[in-house]
Amino acid sequence: MQSSNVLMSYKGSVSNDLLTSLLAIAQYKLDGIEQKSVIKKKIFSILVEILQNIYHHFANTLKDKLLEDDSITFLLMKVEDDYMIVTGNYVAAGDVYLLRKRIDEVNSLSAEELKEKYREQLNIGSVSPKGGAGLGIIDIARKSNNKLEYEFVEYDADYSFFNLTVKISTS
Amino acid sequence: MENFYLEETSKTPKLSFDQKSGKFLMSGRSIPENSIEFYRPLFEWLDDYVKGPSDKTIFDIKLEYFNTSSSKCLVEIFRRLEKIDNNSVVINWFYEEDDEDMQESGEDFKEIIDIPIVMNVIEN
Repeated sequence: MQSSNVLMSYKGSVSNDLLTSLLAIAQYKLDGIEQKSVIKKKIFSILVEILQNIYHHFANTLKDKLLEDDSITFLLMKVEDDYMIVTGNYVAAGDVYLLRKRIDEVNSLSAEELKEKYREQLNIGSVSPKGGAGLGIIDIARKSNNKLEYEFVEYDADYSFFNLTVKISTS
Repeated sequence: MENFYLEETSKTPKLSFDQKSGKFLMSGRSIPENSIEFYRPLFEWLDDYVKGPSDKTIFDIKLEYFNTSSSKCLVEIFRRLEKIDNNSVVINWFYEEDDEDMQESGEDFKEIIDIPIVMNVIEN
């Protein structure tokens, strides 16, 4: 039987302060369960990237009707030797195509190709207030060393719910 | 011209940039939500610095980790330092012995930046 351990879970709205709190709790939980500092750092930095991505996106997306209380889900768990970060957030229907394309592309690349792609993106283009200009997903894939699992569930004509699972192996 | 100094916080690194000695230090974490806003004053300071730099500029970077928007800002910082005469700028990139992610990050910059980046292992 699989032994799994939910380290933390959250469902609700998101703000700058809340993000800071979530990260602080995650850090505390990781300190309690993981001995290796490099693994902790890896998980934490992936977490930062994912949550900040959602946060920046959130500001864009959630202008109307969606219930704020329900706007993001976040789960950090340990399943045997792997850590899993599972997140969910609404994305505008118009963004689904591009996001899917980006993740599929990243998933199709080898570790070496991911490195090249990252360097290419780092080298070109300027910084946008929203962050790393497409670097985020590449960085997450590169550090996790696993394929990104995702699904889009249509909410209505304007929004889909985006679920992302990132696995970090410790062995 | 004044030195540039900022204390470390839980989300932003310590920044200590000494104009006269040319000794620069960045240490801690760099995960601000809005990295450009955080780094903009430093960009401006560097724009001035490169007009009359110290004979030698030594930039020590000892980061625990950073987000991707900070990595874009690091490129912006390095691009400014590229304007200084070659051979007078050195970047020291520090990473912990078994931290492959930070080692690779240093190598990423090494690949795209036109300034010597020396890799330094911190033994655990």
